[in-house]
Amino acid sequence: MSDVKKIATRDSYGNALAELGAEHKDLVVLDADLAAATKTGVFKKAFPERHIDCGIAECNMMGVAAGLATTGLVPFASSFAMFAAGRAFEQVRNSIGYPHLNVKIGATHAGISVGEDGASHQCNEDIALMRSIPGMVVINPSDDVEAKAAVRAAYEHDGPVYLRFGRLAVPVINDRPDYKFELGKGVVLREGKDVTIVATGLPVSECLEAAEKLAADGIDAKVINIHTIKPLDEELIIAAAKETGKVVTVEEHSVIGGLGSAVCDVLAEKAPTKVLKIGVNDTFGESGPAVELLKKYGLDTDGIYEKIRQFV
Amino acid sequence: MDKLNLMKTANEVRKGIVTAVHSAKAGHPGGSLSAADIYTYLYFEEMNIDPADPKKADRDRFVLSKGHTAPGLYSVLAERGYFPKEDLKTLRHTGSYLQGHPDMKHIPGVDMSSGSLGQGISAAVGMALAAKLTDADYRVYTLLGDGEIQEGQVWEASMLAAHRKLDNLVVIVDNNNLQIDGPITEVNSPYPIDKKFEAFNFHVINIDGNDFDQIDAAFKEARTVKGQPTAIIAKTVKGKGVSFMENQAGWHGKAPNDEEYKIAMEDLEKVGEALCQM
Repeated sequence: MSDVKKIATRDSYGNALAELGAEHKDLVVLDADLAAATKTGVFKKAFPERHIDCGIAECNMMGVAAGLATTGLVPFASSFAMFAAGRAFEQVRNSIGYPHLNVKIGATHAGISVGEDGASHQCNEDIALMRSIPGMVVINPSDDVEAKAAVRAAYEHDGPVYLRFGRLAVPVINDRPDYKFELGKGVVLREGKDVTIVATGLPVSECLEAAEKLAADGIDAKVINIHTIKPLDEELIIAAAKETGKVVTVEEHSVIGGLGSAVCDVLAEKAPTKVLKIGVNDTFGESGPAVELLKKYGLDTDGIYEKIRQFV
Repeated sequence: MDKLNLMKTANEVRKGIVTAVHSAKAGHPGGSLSAADIYTYLYFEEMNIDPADPKKADRDRFVLSKGHTAPGLYSVLAERGYFPKEDLKTLRHTGSYLQGHPDMKHIPGVDMSSGSLGQGISAAVGMALAAKLTDADYRVYTLLGDGEIQEGQVWEASMLAAHRKLDNLVVIVDNNNLQIDGPITEVNSPYPIDKKFEAFNFHVINIDGNDFDQIDAAFKEARTVKGQPTAIIAKTVKGKGVSFMENQAGWHGKAPNDEEYKIAMEDLEKVGEALCQM
């Protein structure tokens, strides 16, 4: 895919904030000394008076965002997923989630594709944490087009939203004219009758390639992109499960508590189906170039293809 | 409101606290009573508020960072007319809007949900910052416990408040010297409290937090401060006004039984009668 345009979704986040900031005077951006990495620096350059650097104090940042939101401003609180969802979990839960305040959390550097920084910074637990908070919307976009649309949708949604972005540049796969982002709606990217691959975030493009490889083996895979993990598009997943009989979930996140668990929750109750969960298998990550780690942890095209071939 | 009326009102607020906690059979009377005079001053003298329009945009804001002393806040809100005083008896009851800790979604007059210590002050900083960003001239007040300032987030928030020169923010520390496990000096001493806030670039005022003259002077002084937030370190008596609760850590989070309730109300009635003779 070397000829395909690649952009990291954290760049999409910064660019989308700058665009939205020009349209909406009530949008403010908070960061915790990571503006260069979360890419909110793009917004800061355009609207310095509306960019609040809280310093290295994520817990306070979440509370400040909550306070700003009570006055009608729309804060985007930004940090790495590890610190936004992990370190500040209780602040997000009690100061933002419980009063259902209109705070958007922009969490970059999610998953093992953080790469060289290693396990301490590779958050594979954030989806699990955030989707456990009542009323929290959880979005994990797959590419630049979707990430920018997601930031806009988050702004337009009244209530707390957790947005998950990556550090690694990923292929643009949603650049078709009829693309439309609908909060809570999954997108069928490929039709198929033998198995349904339900993917979110970075591995979606890998799943599309894996589906092509499976097709060469005579396995016809349906591919669904789930950008909104909460609320989950249950209807689409149930229908696909009934249609194909087998479901595989793929995410750059722990197999505990993330997309895979959310899909299993739904299917176990409403359409019992055999499910294979592909993700980070209850382990911490490690240092290394992102692409090598994705391969090592089985989240590249070949790894996904092999697991699905054995499963089907 | 003059000093005598403030004292009478604070005594009514104290009766409401004791009544609410007794009815709930749980709750935090000690720190509610210690701060009753501060609550009363804020809601009857200091703040620009309108009980008929609790969400008016230009109102002053109050965040109860030490959220467990919600009975104090609820009692003063009821006394001020935000909701019926009779409702105080539903505190902590299943189905009541008067939750154990402040709930901004359901309680008229509550500007921020709180209860997990150290978090309210951050929200107050956000509100004060919002006023600066939007050129609004409302002021923001937040009440912290002296045990609460053991939470690191308090100092994260304080650092940002001073860095952002939030002179529309007043942080009040209810320095009653007791926390659940005992005297703050024995658990994990936060002293010197004033020097800590000074080091964080706050304008600091030390007062007797159960003396309306000193409370009045402190809040007036805070209004004159430019370019930095103010911290009022209010020395108070935990359990103030109820003889057997005063300075007793055991009354941090315990409700009086029927007999104790009777004694407590008699104590407060006596104070009320004495004030009426003045």
